[in-house]
Amino acid sequence: MSIKVNVQNLNFYYGDFQALKGINMEIHENKITALIGPSGCGKSTFIKTLNRMYELIDGTKATGSISFDGTELLDKATDVVDLRKRIGMVFQKPNPFPKSITENVLYGVKRHGDVPKTEWKELLETSLRKASLWSEVEHKLNQSAFSLSGGQQQRLCIARTLATKPEVLLMDEPTSALDPIATAKIEELLEELKKEYTVIIVTHSMQQAARISDYCGFFLSGELIEFGLTKQLFSNPLDQRTEDYITGRFG
Amino acid sequence: MKTTKRHQRRLLLNRIFEWIFFSTIAVAILVLGALLFDIFSRGISGLDWSFITSMPSSRPAKAGIFPALLGTLWVILLTALIALPVGIGTAIYLEEYANKKSWFFKALNLNIANLAGVPAIVYGILGLTVFVQLLKIGPTILAGALTLSLLILPVIIVASIEAIRAVPNSIREGSLALGVTRWQTITGAILPMALPGILTGSILALSRAMGEAAPLIMVGAVGFVTFLPDSILDRYTVLPMLIYNWTSRPQDEFAQLAASGIIVMLIILMLTNLTAIILRNRSQQRID
Repeated sequence: MSIKVNVQNLNFYYGDFQALKGINMEIHENKITALIGPSGCGKSTFIKTLNRMYELIDGTKATGSISFDGTELLDKATDVVDLRKRIGMVFQKPNPFPKSITENVLYGVKRHGDVPKTEWKELLETSLRKASLWSEVEHKLNQSAFSLSGGQQQRLCIARTLATKPEVLLMDEPTSALDPIATAKIEELLEELKKEYTVIIVTHSMQQAARISDYCGFFLSGELIEFGLTKQLFSNPLDQRTEDYITGRFG
Repeated sequence: MKTTKRHQRRLLLNRIFEWIFFSTIAVAILVLGALLFDIFSRGISGLDWSFITSMPSSRPAKAGIFPALLGTLWVILLTALIALPVGIGTAIYLEEYANKKSWFFKALNLNIANLAGVPAIVYGILGLTVFVQLLKIGPTILAGALTLSLLILPVIIVASIEAIRAVPNSIREGSLALGVTRWQTITGAILPMALPGILTGSILALSRAMGEAAPLIMVGAVGFVTFLPDSILDRYTVLPMLIYNWTSRPQDEFAQLAASGIIVMLIILMLTNLTAIILRNRSQQRID
């Protein structure tokens, strides 16, 4: 079992506020790792460090080490544009661009310039198929992405990310804005995606984490309280606080 | 349901305010209507093709607006070429690159907003000192366009900043998270979304510039020109200048010519504003 991302002693600060405290985590390749915890516990902050999206916010700082296939990801010399190509991200609210479905999927590829034009059409179809959206949109690829439903938009955002051929997929509560049917579709999809990608998903729903993930981490007040196999964490938690949380005593 | 006294009073108040607000807009419409009626009743008879294609003349019957019409087009096109790139570029820098917490950014933002309120004549004086005299451009189309650019830059910048700011942050994040550079994010996602707002603000600013005479008097546009401009370093006149020149003459015939000139001016302004609306609607449709 190979480790795709290795986080060691990661600290993160918003100005003077320390949002992550000494996080250690090994993220396994081709597995789904779910991160749970109450609001403000640092789980979303954590995945933002993995593609350095936190740099968009002024006054943030990360210390420690995140090794991604042996490269130090937090190193200033690591090219963040290339990094984000390899570690894709899907956000909480679907955020398609105000363009056609085709343009949305090919948005990254067209700008990276590393896939020849002749392969765009094929890439469009495979990306949409992988996001299990193809059959719903194949007849209206030139229509605006805004004509899709919320669940379809979110799968379009997944297709858009897959088209850039990432190795890791970060998902920040991707189903929290969706209805149960759309949520079920995305969960089904994740099961397929983990064959090719390493998935890290932040979720508010413990049931979701239990259903879909292989590994699970519980965050509380910026600390990683417990991390391990999902089965074990839910059936036999080692820490009292984890048990309190998953049995619904707080949070 | 029984209507109480209190309820009836509220309904009455509701109706009274509806009338008050209607009368405020009625005042505006009446004044505008009177003005338009006056201008059209005086000017429409003098308006024909030869009025548009003739040179100004001291004999009112032969006088036309051709050099001023061309002058206006030259000046406005050149103003657009100068002010749009600079204004939109400034807005992009301020919104997408500048550190918003720095005092420099705050001071700059405040001053741009203030500059939008500076009287046009002040820009004329600035243009005279800097462009005409210091840079020795002389009283040419270029000097006029540069001066008008300064005048409308704050408006273009503020409108563009507002339009860029209205682009949701999630779009920015979505683009950057795909491993796309900042510049590609600006051209690929942010500008296309901000374009309707930028275009509307810019065209309205340009039509304001089209109606200005005061700053151009300062930088040496002439009221009476009987030749056509053929380079940006030519002397020139513009429609508002010619209209101003005609209204200051004692003969009634010239007042009629001025009215005809104003009608042409109004038509041009309406056409540009219409273009703004059409452009905005078209790019909005692309988004929705």
